[in-house]
Amino acid sequence: MSGEVPLWEVFIRPRNGLSHKHVGSIHAADEVMALQAARDVYTRRGEGNSIWVVPSAAITASDPDQAGENFEPTAEKIYRHPTFYDIPDEVGHM
Amino acid sequence: MYSQGLIGADGRTTESPEFLEAFQRRIDAEEKIEPNDAMPEGYRRTLVRQIGQHAHSEIVGMLPEGNWITRAPSLRRKAALLAKVQDEGGHGLYLYAAAETLGVSRDQMTEELLDGRAKYSSIFNYPTLTWADIGVIGWLVDGAAIMNQIPLCRCSYGPYARAMIRVCKEESFHQRQGYEIVMTLARGTPEQKAMAQDALNRWWWPSIMMFGPHDADSQHSDQSMAWKIKRFSNDELRQKFIDATVPQAEFIGLTIPDPDLTWNEAKGGYDHGPIDWDEFWRVVKGHGPMAKDRIKARRKAWDDGAWVREAALAHAEKRRARKMAAE
Ligand SMILES: [Fe+2]
Ligand SMILES: [Fe+2]
Ligand SMILES: [Fe+2]
Repeated sequence: MSGEVPLWEVFIRPRNGLSHKHVGSIHAADEVMALQAARDVYTRRGEGNSIWVVPSAAITASDPDQAGENFEPTAEKIYRHPTFYDIPDEVGHM
Repeated sequence: MYSQGLIGADGRTTESPEFLEAFQRRIDAEEKIEPNDAMPEGYRRTLVRQIGQHAHSEIVGMLPEGNWITRAPSLRRKAALLAKVQDEGGHGLYLYAAAETLGVSRDQMTEELLDGRAKYSSIFNYPTLTWADIGVIGWLVDGAAIMNQIPLCRCSYGPYARAMIRVCKEESFHQRQGYEIVMTLARGTPEQKAMAQDALNRWWWPSIMMFGPHDADSQHSDQSMAWKIKRFSNDELRQKFIDATVPQAEFIGLTIPDPDLTWNEAKGGYDHGPIDWDEFWRVVKGHGPMAKDRIKARRKAWDDGAWVREAALAHAEKRRARKMAAE
């Protein structure tokens, strides 16, 4: 079993107005066959109207071990949210 | 695969008691585990085995039904059966992709199926003798699969749970088209009704064996429950399936081939007769009537497709080189 067929990540736009969303992966020799296979595997029931395929090897992922340092500090920054600020009711909706 | 770098990577973890405890705490808090997260080796191995087996079952499961596509009795039935078999192929692919996130490659899994190291559901080692079998498979085999798969949508491993959500959405049509076939036969001529009853007689016991050995004899269960890979025990799922199916058989005037089947008021469910576990293990160990044919068919498909895979890769390489030269 030489020469493994490359892996692609599949992203589908359910309908115009929404962004493409990751749905899974497929194996295909090139981008033309990857699109064809993604259509057959992931859109058999009107799941979308546009497909992106990206070579899996092209994705760089953040390290889950660093999730703390990456994402936790934002939890403390409550002043980034509108509810942090007191505006008198008389001012009305803001 | 949902982020690259795992295939062939060293996924081993140092399994200190603190690490295992912290992992279990995440599971208990219903947190999903994702591909790059540290996980106990046993958790990874269990999932690779289970998801791989599940994927193989979807793929091998295409064979007994594919056997009837050209002989479907009407265009309506043929279109439905084609769509169902194509869905099963898709299910296999979703599941292989989920298993690949754990560091095993698709080719490795294929190899293990073809050389007999990996198992698949033994239900597919029975032959499909008549058109009625296609109806009963959709009704009972897909019905039993749905019972098993719905709780897997909440499995602690994210990619498996997501794949199962897609699968479950598609399975309901499989069961309904099967029941419709059986119902049509049961309401047809006496010969047609007899055909439906004969198929039910042959598939009933193998179907309820699909839930696996009784809880007391099930070797992987406790740890899988603790890790929330499994949510219900084999016997619990089997009970749910029987309770759901008996009234469906009664509705179309067919008889479940179990003389001991009785309603148990106290437990609010049916009691069933003894299951022939010797037959179950015989079939699991590869002595089912169709076991050799199934693997032979898969091997032929793999071997006959080799030149196509090679040609596609060579073509892709040529296009890449041409594009580079043009730049
Ligand atoms: Fe399926
Ligand atoms: Fe399935
Ligand atoms: Fe199915």
